Amino acid sequence: MSTNGRADGRGLLLDIRGLRIEGQSDDVWNEIVKGVDLELERGKVLGLIGESGAGKSTIGLAAMGFARPGCRITGGQIFFDGIDLRTLSDAEQRGIRGRRVAYVAQSAAAAFNPAHRLIDQIIESPLTHAIMSKADATKRAVALFAKLGLPNPETFGNRYPHQVSGGQLQRAMTAMALVPSPDLVVFDEPTTALDVTTQIDVLAAIKDAIRDEGAAALYITHDLAVVAQVSDEIMVLRHGKQVELGTADEIINRPREDYTKRLVAIRQISKNGEALPHAPLLTVEGVTAAYGNSFTVLHDVSVHLPPGQTLAVVGESGSGKSTMARVITGLLPPKSGAIRFDGQAMPPRLADRTKEQLRVLQMIYQMPDVAINPRHRVREIIGRPLEFYFGLAGREKEKRTLELLDQIEMGGEYIERYPGELSGGQKQRVCIARALAAEPRLIICDEPTSALDPLVADGILKLLLKLQAETKVSYLFITHDIATVRAIADMVCVLYKGKVVRFGGKQEVLSPPFDDYTDLLLKSVPKMQIGWLEGVLSTRRMASAGN
Amino acid sequence: MTTDLHSIPREAVLPRRKTRLGTALKELGKAPFTAWLGLVIIITYLVVAIFAPWIAPYRESQVFEQPYAPWGGDFLLGTDQLGRDLLTRLIYGARNTIGIAVATTLLAFIVGGGLGILAAIRGGWVDQIVSRIVDVILAIPLLISALMLLSIFGSNVTNIILIIALLDSTRVFRLSRAAAMNVVVMDYVEAARLRGEGLGWIMRREILPNVMPILVAEFGLRFCFVFLTISALSFLGVGIQPPTADWGSMVRENSTLITYGNITPLLPAGAIAVLTVGVNFVVDWFLHKTSGLRDEH
Repeated sequence: MSTNGRADGRGLLLDIRGLRIEGQSDDVWNEIVKGVDLELERGKVLGLIGESGAGKSTIGLAAMGFARPGCRITGGQIFFDGIDLRTLSDAEQRGIRGRRVAYVAQSAAAAFNPAHRLIDQIIESPLTHAIMSKADATKRAVALFAKLGLPNPETFGNRYPHQVSGGQLQRAMTAMALVPSPDLVVFDEPTTALDVTTQIDVLAAIKDAIRDEGAAALYITHDLAVVAQVSDEIMVLRHGKQVELGTADEIINRPREDYTKRLVAIRQISKNGEALPHAPLLTVEGVTAAYGNSFTVLHDVSVHLPPGQTLAVVGESGSGKSTMARVITGLLPPKSGAIRFDGQAMPPRLADRTKEQLRVLQMIYQMPDVAINPRHRVREIIGRPLEFYFGLAGREKEKRTLELLDQIEMGGEYIERYPGELSGGQKQRVCIARALAAEPRLIICDEPTSALDPLVADGILKLLLKLQAETKVSYLFITHDIATVRAIADMVCVLYKGKVVRFGGKQEVLSPPFDDYTDLLLKSVPKMQIGWLEGVLSTRRMASAGN
Repeated sequence: MTTDLHSIPREAVLPRRKTRLGTALKELGKAPFTAWLGLVIIITYLVVAIFAPWIAPYRESQVFEQPYAPWGGDFLLGTDQLGRDLLTRLIYGARNTIGIAVATTLLAFIVGGGLGILAAIRGGWVDQIVSRIVDVILAIPLLISALMLLSIFGSNVTNIILIIALLDSTRVFRLSRAAAMNVVVMDYVEAARLRGEGLGWIMRREILPNVMPILVAEFGLRFCFVFLTISALSFLGVGIQPPTADWGSMVRENSTLITYGNITPLLPAGAIAVLTVGVNFVVDWFLHKTSGLRDEH
C-alpha cells in the first residue's frame, strides 16, 4: 500500500480497515468485532475504551496480527507500516512481534514466569530476534528501569517476579515491551489491577516512556479518566463497534454520542447524608487482629456505625480492609478488642454465634463470579436463606424469591438460570438478593463494584441506595475508590497499614486539613479532566523541592 | 442521564428450562466416534451381564463329559479343563466380574470422596491424620496389600469388595481432596459458612456438585483398575473362588492350552481388554468435555 508512506516520518503507522473478528462459544461463531476502522500515526497514543465484551482487547491483539485461541480474524485489513499483517506467514508475523510491536498485559503477575529472573525475561525478545547483544540489551533495560522510576535500576533485574510489588512488576513489563525500541506498543489495561496511589506513578512512568521513546501506543482501558491522561485520541467502543472517535479533549469535554455522555457522567451520584446522633448498630472496639502469631494486620481499630447508614472503609490493598470484614463476621477472631451489635457483644468466633446473630449480618463479595455457586440455579441461591432462616418452603418460598428478584430489578424469568447464564452485574444483583433474603440489619459490602464495568457499577450503587431507603439496612462498605465513597457513604474510615488514619462523618473526613495519607489518596484518584496527571505531578515536585 | 438500568438486557429473555436429559442427549449427538464405540461396548457388556441366564446356552457350572472340547458343535467356544461350556462361563463371568468391580468402585468413591472433601473443608489435624494414613497405605503396592489382607481375612466376595474398595479409596481421596481444596476457598463456600450451614450441606450441596465432573471421569478410570486388580487376584488364585465364573480365573485355568497353540485362554483376557478400552474412550471424551479443553485452530 503506497498511501501509507512514511515520507515525512510521521505517516500512518497502523491502519486497520473494516476489521471483523469472530469468537467461538459453544461451537458457534459469533462476531465480536464488527467492522472497526482505526488509524494511528507514529508517536501518537490512541485510547480504546469500552466495557467488557466491547472487543477492545481483541482489537489490541489484532493490531499485532494475532487472534486468541477461539477467535479468528474474518475480514478487513491490518496495515502495519504499510505491510498487511494478514497476508504474512506465521514466521513473518513473529519477526515483527516483539521487535516492532510489543504488548503489555493487564496482569503483570500472571505474565511473568515466576521461575526466571526479571532481567532474563525482559531482554529475551531482542536476544531471540538477534537485534542486540546481551550486554547492549541489559544496558538498555537498566536505562529503562531508571526512566520508569524503578528502585536500584542496576540490580533490579536480578530479582524474581515475586520479590517486587505489583506496581513495579507492571513497570518492569513496560520496560520489557520497550527494550527492542518498538514502533508500536499495545497496553492492555496496564493499571487496572493497581491501587490508585500506585496507578498514578505507573501512569506517569508509562506516559514519559512513550513520549521519550517516540513509540506509538494503543492504550486499552475501561476507565475514561485514566485514558484521558495518556491519550491523544480516544475511540469509544461498544459491542464490537465504534461509538465515537475524537481527541481526548473532544471526548471528555464535548461528547457527541449518548453512550459517551453516560460514560463521562458516571460517578455523579452523591448522597448528602450526614451522621445523625444515634445509638450505634455496630461498634468495633479496639480490635487488633493477626494471621498466625506474628503477622498483625489490624492495630487497635475502633469504629462505629449508626443504624440505616453507611460506613465506608477506604484504603489500598493490604491496608486491612477485608480483614476487618473477616473479624466482624467472625471468620477471624480478634487478638483483642470486641464487636458489639445493637449494644450486645457478638461472640468473636463464627461457631459460637446463634442463627439469629448470623442472620442480621450478611455479606456481599467483590467477585460475583465466585460468590455464588455455579452449580446452583438462581432459585436455590436466593431461596436457601429463606428456607434456612425462616423455614419457608414451596409456594411461599417461590413467592418471596420472586419478590426479591423484583426488588433487585430483575424479573422472575431469571429464576431458572445458572450463574453462568448471567452477566457480571446480574450476578452481583443475585448476591445482593441473597443477602436481602435474610432480612439483615447490616450488610458488609466488600468492594462489590470494583470488578464491574463503570456503568454497571453505577447501577449497583444506585440499587444499594434504593434498598437502603426501602429497608433501612446499614452498610459497611469496603472500597478503595474515593468516588464510590462520595456516592454512598454517611461516615468514612480511612485505613492505612492496619491503623485508622481518619474516622468521622463524610464531610469532615473528606475536607481539609488532611493528614498525609488521606491527602495522597484523594489526590491520586484520576479526574475526568485533561492534564490532571501533569497537575498532580507538578504539585508533588514542588512539594518535594520545597522540602 | 436516565436512571433506568442499562446493565440488564431484559428484552429477548424468554423463560427457558433446560432439562438435564435434553442437554445430555445434545452432547451425545456431538460426541466423537470413539466415544460412541465405547458406549456401545459398555452397553453390550451390561446387557450380557444383566441377562446372562437367558443368553447363556448352559448353566454356569454345568459340567459335560468332554474337557478341552474343540470349538464348534454343541460348544461354540469349546469347554474348559473340567468340561464346562466356555461361552457360558464367559457370559456369567461378565456378570460376576463387572458386578463386583462396580460395587467396589462405588464404595471406594463414597469412602474416598467423602473423606477427601471432609479433609479439604476441615483442614488442620483432621486433614493431617487422614492424609498420613493414606500416605502409608499408598506406600505399599496395592497388589501386595490386597494379597496380604485377603489371606488374613479369607477371600470371599464381600471381603474382596471391602478390601479393594478400601485400598482404592486412597487414590480417590487424594484426587477429591485436591479438587475440593480449590472449591473450599471460593467465596460461596464462605457465604454458606457465614449463613450457618452445617458440614453436611456444605459437603453435599456446595462442594460436591463442583468436583463431580472430575470424580465421574476418575470413576471410569478407577473402574478399569479395580477390574484389572480383581482379575489379577483371581489369576493368582485369591480372587473370586470356583465354581463362580470370572475372567481372571478363566485365563489361569485354561492357560495350558496356549502351549498347544489354542487361543481360548485369550478370550476372557480379550473381554477384559475390550471393556477397558471402551470405558477409557468414554472417559476421555468426558474429560475433554468437562475440562474445557479446546483444540487449537
